[in-house]
Amino acid sequence: MTGRDDWWYDEAAGPLVRPYAMVRGRTRPNAPDLHLVTQVRASSFASDQTSLTVEHREIMALCARPLSVAEVAAYLDVPLVVVKVLLSDLIERGDVLVQTSTPKIPDRDLLQAVLDGVRGI
Amino acid sequence: MVFVGSDAQLTVPTAVKIVIAGGFGTGKTTMVASVSEIPPLRTEELLTEAGVHVDDLAGIEGKDTTTVALDFGRITINTKVVLYLFGTPGQNRFWFMWDELATGAIGAVVLVDTRRLDSSFPSIDFFEHRGIPFVVAVNCFDGSQAYTVDEVRHALDIDEAIPVVLCDARDRESSKSVLVALIQHSMNRLAAV
Repeated sequence: MTGRDDWWYDEAAGPLVRPYAMVRGRTRPNAPDLHLVTQVRASSFASDQTSLTVEHREIMALCARPLSVAEVAAYLDVPLVVVKVLLSDLIERGDVLVQTSTPKIPDRDLLQAVLDGVRGI
Repeated sequence: MVFVGSDAQLTVPTAVKIVIAGGFGTGKTTMVASVSEIPPLRTEELLTEAGVHVDDLAGIEGKDTTTVALDFGRITINTKVVLYLFGTPGQNRFWFMWDELATGAIGAVVLVDTRRLDSSFPSIDFFEHRGIPFVVAVNCFDGSQAYTVDEVRHALDIDEAIPVVLCDARDRESSKSVLVALIQHSMNRLAAV
């Protein structure tokens, strides 16, 4: 049975089983509009976490401060598609708050704030 | 701002983004690193060759699965606004990823290496065709610059309205000035509409 162990190893993508086992094979998050920069934050009224997986709890800990979906994926070291599914679980439970607006082009006031901010760093 | 959830006292900042584009080896991640408040982060998206999300496990064991890596940095503007800087992944195969990056972006910096001007053509075409504000930043490797801004503008055949600036992507102040040029350009574009 040689090759059995590397069945789920893709040369480019790395181990495939673990990320997909984490999300039980799901690749489409239930929560819509989770973009790269969508901000998520753990709710201060989070429900009982005993039924959550380790990954869900890691997300809850990370999101004690607001973070983007991309940051959560990077810190958790899992592909974006996986983190979106995990986040959607937490959003459905009401444990994670999310910005629901889709990315739109910033208005003048927002651009001015960004301009001032970049000049100030 | 509308949030899903009940505790309204928790605020979540507004996120904005700038895309750092350009050909391979033009200094995209270097620029992100020079201005980001955190060491650049990397996130990966698993994709089939066609770029279509798979529905179940049956779709991912094939050899046509690939990974797109995105490097990005962060600048906290204030308590209400955070800016993300995304380096674009390799050109051509990942245009759909560029679309997600460009949606709602303030604009893009197209980094240019004058030794390989042609490597920036696809990036310039991409932002031109989508009407996304961009500036061209000539990365002066080793502090040397063999061409003037006008020569680069002419060689790239870009509109007079599009800023072309010289920079050193390794230098924080220099990279900041490129971002400032882009944001001002976006504001001018907004005012002209």
